[in-house]
Amino acid sequence: MRSERYPLRRRRVVESLLADRGDLLVVAGLGAPCWDVTAAGDHALTFPLWGAMGSAALIGLGLALAQPARRILVITGDGEMLMGLGGLATVAVQAPENLAIAVLDNERYGETGMQATHTAFGVDLAAVAAAAGLPVTGTVGDDAGLGAAVAELRGAQGPVFFAIKVRAEDMPLVLPPRDGVHLKNRFRRALLGEKEGV
Amino acid sequence: MAQTQPEWPDDIFRALCDMDIRQVAYVPDAGHARLLELCGAEPTMTMVPLTTEEEGIAVLAGAWLGGRRGVLLMQSSGIGNCINMLSLTRNCEFPLLIVVTMRGQAGEANPWQVPMGRISGDVLGLAGVMVHGVDEPGRVGETVTAGGRAAFDGPAAVAVLIAQTVVGIKDFADQAE
Repeated sequence: MRSERYPLRRRRVVESLLADRGDLLVVAGLGAPCWDVTAAGDHALTFPLWGAMGSAALIGLGLALAQPARRILVITGDGEMLMGLGGLATVAVQAPENLAIAVLDNERYGETGMQATHTAFGVDLAAVAAAAGLPVTGTVGDDAGLGAAVAELRGAQGPVFFAIKVRAEDMPLVLPPRDGVHLKNRFRRALLGEKEGV
Repeated sequence: MAQTQPEWPDDIFRALCDMDIRQVAYVPDAGHARLLELCGAEPTMTMVPLTTEEEGIAVLAGAWLGGRRGVLLMQSSGIGNCINMLSLTRNCEFPLLIVVTMRGQAGEANPWQVPMGRISGDVLGLAGVMVHGVDEPGRVGETVTAGGRAAFDGPAAVAVLIAQTVVGIKDFADQAE
C-alpha cells in the first residue's frame, strides 16, 4: 500500500505522543516532525531542530545520560533517522532506560518534494533498531497499534523505538523559534533553573 | 629495554577531571589508547563509543542541554565526518571540546591519512571551531585546560590538535610480513 493511503495522520499521532506530557523532555528532528511537535504546542522543554540531519536520536542520548531521572522522547522522521542509522548502535550500547525514539515514517522526504526514502522500498527501521539491540521496538500503522506504541514510548523501560507509519501528506507549516541560542537557553533554564541554565 | 610511558595522556585525563567532564564520546585512536583507559576506569565518566565522529557532536549537545559537560576524542581523519553536524554547535552556540590526535603530518607512513591531516586545522576554522595546536608533550595538559576554559566559559567550540611528533609515528614496516 502506498503511504498516501496510510490511515494514521501525523498531527494526531504527535498529539497522542505528547498528551499530558508532564515533565517529558522532547527532541524534535528537522522538517515535518518539528512542525508537528510545534503544532501540538511550543514548549520550553522541547528542543526543535532546524538542521543537523541525523542528530536527533543522539541529542536524545546525551540528554538521557545527563538526566537519568527524566523521560526523553525523540520524535523524528524516517529520512532523518536514515541519515544516522549508526546512532541506533550507539544508543544500544549505552542502553539508557529513559530514552524513547518515535519515527514518523511516511516513507518520503517531505521537505524536498515527497521523494521516496529507503523505507518506501522496504527498509525496516524497527528491525534495524532491534538488530542493534534496543529492547523494545515495533512498527505500527493503525489506531490500535498507535495506542500500544504510545504507552511503550511514554512508559516502557527503554531504550524504546517505534516506527509509526503515517500518511504522506503536506501539512501547514507551524514553525518553532529559529534562534538556536534561544532554544538552547530556554530548554536549560526550564530544566536546570535560572542559575544553572545560562 | 623498558620504554617509558608518555605522561601527556595522564595530563589530559587530569585536565578533564578538573573541568568536570562526565561524558567521553570517542572513536578510538591509537594515540588516545592510554587516555581512553584512564577515562574508562573513572566512575564519574560515561564512555560513549561512536560509530562515526559526528555522532559525538550531537551527543555532547544533548549532554549540555541536560547540564553535563563532555569531551569528544578522535583522530584527525574524523574531523571531516563532523562538518555538517558542527552547524548544530554553531547555531546554538553549544560549548564543544574536541581533543584530536594528528595523523598525516611529517613522517606519516600511510599516505591515505595525509589529505585529511593536511586540512584539519583549516576545515575546523571554516566550521567555526577554534584550533589550539600543541607540539610539545609537556604542554598538552595545559593546552587542554585552556581549551576547556574557552569552550565552557565562552561558550565556544575548541579543538586541541596534538601533533604527530607528540603522538608518535605508526610504522607499518615493523608489523608487515
